[in-house]
Amino acid sequence: LSPTRRDFIKATAATAAAIAAGPAVQLGPAAQTIAAPGADPVALDLANQALDAARSAGASYADVRVGRYRRQTIATRERQVSSVSDNESYGMGVRTLVNGCWGFAATSAMTRAGARQATLEAVALSKAARAVQKRKVELAPVTPVVGTWITPVRRDPLEVAIEDKIALLLAANDAALKVKDVRFVSSGLALLREVKTLVTSEGTNVTQTMIRVGPAFSCTATSEGDFQSYEEELAPRGMGWEYVESLDLPGNAERWAARAAEKLRAKSVAAGTYDLILEPTNLWLTIHESIGHATELDRAIGEEANYAGTSFVAPPEKMLGQLRYGPDFMNVQADRTQEGSLSRVAWDDEGVPADRWLLVERGIFKDYQTTREQVARIQKLTGVARSHACSFAESWNAVQFQRMPNVSLLPGERDISVEDIVAETGRGVLIQNRGSWSIDHQRYNFQFSGQAFYEVQNGKIVGMLKDVAYQASTLTFWNSMDMIGGASSYWVGGAFNDGKGEPSQINSVSHGCVPARFRNVTILNTSRSA
Amino acid sequence: MMQATPSAGASLVLSRDEARALTGRVLSFSTADQTRVTITSSRSGNTRFADGSITTSGGTTDTSVTVTVTFGRRRASSSTNMLDAASLERTVDLASRLARLAPEDPELMPELGPQTYAAVEAFVGATADLDAEARAEAIARAVGAVTAAGKSAGAIFAAGYLEANSRAIAVATSNGLFAYHRTTDADFSVTARTPDGTGSGWAHAGARDWNAVDPVAIGRVAAQKAVASRNPKEIPPGLYTAVLEPQAVTDLVPLLAGALNARNADEGRSAFSKPGGGTRVGEKVADDRVTLYSDPADDGLRGQPFDGEGLPVRRLVWIENGILRNLWYTRFWAEKQKKQPTGFPLAGGLALVGGTRSTEELIAGCTRGVLVTHFFYIRALDPRTVLQTGLTRDGAFLIENGRITTPLKNFRWNESPLLMLNRLEDIGRPEPTAAGRMMPALRVRDFNFTSLSDAV
Repeated sequence: LSPTRRDFIKATAATAAAIAAGPAVQLGPAAQTIAAPGADPVALDLANQALDAARSAGASYADVRVGRYRRQTIATRERQVSSVSDNESYGMGVRTLVNGCWGFAATSAMTRAGARQATLEAVALSKAARAVQKRKVELAPVTPVVGTWITPVRRDPLEVAIEDKIALLLAANDAALKVKDVRFVSSGLALLREVKTLVTSEGTNVTQTMIRVGPAFSCTATSEGDFQSYEEELAPRGMGWEYVESLDLPGNAERWAARAAEKLRAKSVAAGTYDLILEPTNLWLTIHESIGHATELDRAIGEEANYAGTSFVAPPEKMLGQLRYGPDFMNVQADRTQEGSLSRVAWDDEGVPADRWLLVERGIFKDYQTTREQVARIQKLTGVARSHACSFAESWNAVQFQRMPNVSLLPGERDISVEDIVAETGRGVLIQNRGSWSIDHQRYNFQFSGQAFYEVQNGKIVGMLKDVAYQASTLTFWNSMDMIGGASSYWVGGAFNDGKGEPSQINSVSHGCVPARFRNVTILNTSRSA
Repeated sequence: MMQATPSAGASLVLSRDEARALTGRVLSFSTADQTRVTITSSRSGNTRFADGSITTSGGTTDTSVTVTVTFGRRRASSSTNMLDAASLERTVDLASRLARLAPEDPELMPELGPQTYAAVEAFVGATADLDAEARAEAIARAVGAVTAAGKSAGAIFAAGYLEANSRAIAVATSNGLFAYHRTTDADFSVTARTPDGTGSGWAHAGARDWNAVDPVAIGRVAAQKAVASRNPKEIPPGLYTAVLEPQAVTDLVPLLAGALNARNADEGRSAFSKPGGGTRVGEKVADDRVTLYSDPADDGLRGQPFDGEGLPVRRLVWIENGILRNLWYTRFWAEKQKKQPTGFPLAGGLALVGGTRSTEELIAGCTRGVLVTHFFYIRALDPRTVLQTGLTRDGAFLIENGRITTPLKNFRWNESPLLMLNRLEDIGRPEPTAAGRMMPALRVRDFNFTSLSDAV
């Protein structure tokens, strides 16, 4: 286990215990060494100007987010750097509520005049929205809060010398290119620092600094007219440079590259029904698509109907406390407090304190993901009077709306490993890492692939496979789960680019899980020639 | 060609003169051997609605400046949206520091000098001026049309999205290049769902010109599809003839753009690689009737006449009467292979031509098949064949003896836009489906529907 993995296990053990008790997760060894910056006085001045202008123009509520986003990216291929880029974006977004209608306007003109103009535009949008208004927005109460927060990191990745980052990537590429038939390799880093100040007309004033790192590695082997690729699952995290170092790209790249070469000679899978063993590097995305998105309340009530879709977990009155999602040992937790995770915050984009709650408890669907305006829709059914703090906007220039928190499958009681699961499997396929992924607009039918596939016979891995995808329907799939790993097999995957909303916004989200076995799943062969 | 009209919205994105002045200011801060400045100035207005209420609406104005500097063979970029002199200078400095630290790039190409570009008028005042009131009014009309056309199904649900964007893009280099283009696009889509939860319909229009978008027609078609798709029947997954509406073709065919990359083809890792080396240019890769091209100056496309480096983007025929004619070349790969650089194809839009019939005629000519409104969640499965997976959505129907007879449950499919173009029964006439897209309906033999979905 890497130190990183141990941290997560520690956090998870605490989290699993927290289901009953509810204490906050303790910080692990990656304790914070950088102080959380406070609000920029200029930002505060403009925010207050905007709030004054909103009140004068008739807004019953307004919030202002001032964001300063920095994103550094490095991309390499083979023995060269293909791009080095460092981008910043600064501006403010004003959201107003007038007569129960939202308006939002954003500007990069960071002057008092710019703030005022954006505010008046937001109010004008609120007023225009009255032309089509069946339901007025009502916000669940929140206690105003003043504070600062920063992602706990040992080393801010943006302060690490660019030469060191490039050297790390090129060393990994070099190692990969030693493998026979591996002709192409790409690696990269995306390093983010987002400073966000939220000021609301109700008195909230919080400044948060989010730090995230996203390493990437993939390679392609070619031989006799065929080519096969392998991408390592290097989970992006809400962590510092120490996480990137812990992955040891140069030390592991040769082993990863060997899988691409091995795939050239792997057996093409025989389509059929198999027991499926999914490692956490694959399962996290299946959780994201088939549980994470399905339990978003905005989807369940139709607000995403025109784009990302609705959900089979609807209507709420027929689902809450009733829908059997999976077996008794299945517990799925939503959590915006999880250490190292991508959607970790102290407060969401409405100033609601981060929350942790169960979506699925002992196999039964228990609650949705919510923002302030959604609480009233299900409060009588759930008894929950607070927002679960799922409001998020990708940038200052985008309106906040309901976005997914970290959604994780909690470990089983028996501390078994993926090897233990293999040992108990007669005829199966084991899958690692994310490949192609697709699911329908109500989250029933999905099809996922992977990067490395192994045939299991009589309790042993007997060889590598290729051209594999698994296809299932969400509830059938989760109810076919009959084994899950224990706390030591827990791992956290994630992505920077979960898309939703119109205009489409991205969200960074993590998913922790353990390996699991699913019985009698349809496996397709994805090769085709005509 | 559409003439630009004086527009209040036009003042919200940078004019050619403003863009030239800003690029000049940034270039003056740079002491690098070579410098490129790219400006994107945008104004976006959007309104979203669901279940009888506008749920969000927004307006965003922003201008970003990206500076790419080169010292010898070392290059890096930095960008900002803060346009004061100190911020611009800091951005140039940051790019310069990064560039000095970057290793030498063996593939580095010098920045371009002055170029000439196709004249493309893609900015329409009616789109730039579409304000919040006008958007709300259009939505009210569309919702009214949904309600009227969906009355037989009861209290029909409508959700949708309307956005209007204006954008100006400029590229300038220290070698004297200056390119400027401004464009607008409007997009309006509506989803209608029947109250029993068994029917869903969708319609969409996208264009440079808001006047080409008919909110009432979009609402009506979405509702008609929702009503007609109620109580869908199951037919077993398998190979069926499919009539893909132009929107469904728009979802699939542009996915070929990635495979048209010359370098990947030369390197033996593309569907257009020739076994044993080289590319498949000159070979038959699609049905004889298929011609696929990009052309920013085409009135139906009105694309951007240059790429991110300021390289002119001109008409390029990718597939002509079924023969692969061109692949796209970066400047580096073109020089290495002794070809002309092309820039990325989708900058110049994408059109598939080869037929004259309407979607209705393609349906009429179908003995038994599946009509597809559009697709959802398409992801690549195998780059060797451009194989994709995805689902049908918002209206799949059984066609029997030239008529739509039965609503069908949605399918998952595993199919390749490339292989599919070799199994065409018929091609419709190209229709504008989005800004920069002209796509026809297609009737495809043996479309591979692989499993059923319960999604409505």
